Amino acid sequence: MTEFFHMGGYAFFVWTSYGLATIILIANVILPIQRKKEILNTLKRRLRREQS
Amino acid sequence: MWLFFHKLGSPKYFYDLSGKFLPWFGGLTLILMLLGSYWGLVVAPADYQQGDSYRIIYIHVPAAWMSLFVYIVMASAGAIGLIWKMKMADVVASCSAPLGAAFTFLALVTGSLWGKPMWGTYWVWDARLTSELILLFLYLGFMGLEAAIDDKRTAANACAVLALVGVVNIPIIHYSVEWWNTLHQGSTVARVDKPAMDVNMLIPLLIMWFAFMFYYGTTLFMRARNEVLYRERDTAWVKEMVTE
Repeated sequence: MTEFFHMGGYAFFVWTSYGLATIILIANVILPIQRKKEILNTLKRRLRREQS
Repeated sequence: MWLFFHKLGSPKYFYDLSGKFLPWFGGLTLILMLLGSYWGLVVAPADYQQGDSYRIIYIHVPAAWMSLFVYIVMASAGAIGLIWKMKMADVVASCSAPLGAAFTFLALVTGSLWGKPMWGTYWVWDARLTSELILLFLYLGFMGLEAAIDDKRTAANACAVLALVGVVNIPIIHYSVEWWNTLHQGSTVARVDKPAMDVNMLIPLLIMWFAFMFYYGTTLFMRARNEVLYRERDTAWVKEMVTE
């Protein structure tokens, strides 16, 4: 197991690459989810204003 | 086919159809990513020259391929929007730009992290690296130009022209390792004869490539759906959906 994390001495380079990839890939999923919530909230508020 | 294409141009149809595909694309992305990473990090043997450092390939190469693929999609969508004034094409182009920029950035940084132990340097101004950096600037230029113009149609047209001019960079990136003497290694997979790679190394690479393709599909749909909702905010179907 330690050998696996050691990556033959290249641990820093390999794990930084995979870590960064994970962060970037997950961020690009979270961003549109948040944006969707934002849009729906704005549209709901607008609609309520129009109706009142 | 033409009818399908025509229907896809309708924002509501796109919204409904992409909603059905989204969970499948997302699920496939996750499964392929995990499988590819496990295979690439654990099952695949170490390289006889590069040791375990080569395992960065499973991020670096799919990201680099995607950086080119997304650009071609973006420029084609831009051209379709420019010629046939198709709204959905503008949406696809605009939503592809930040994703392409993310892939390009990832390819550059992982390449740099691979270069340090193998070449002894994080960065050299060689043809492959420099042309890929220009690709990043093209994506960022696209996004900046879009943000700078208020009118959506004008912005889409200007961005499409920028994207089309930038297409010249794509073959330069692809052939840079053949045209110039670069530090970057030549292609291992896309060769006329069979790939110069062990099967156990190649399979996870192909899995990761599919994973990245589905990832692009998933995130493109997510962004495009948001854009459709916002642009169609005054139509009856969006209002109906919001009140539900």
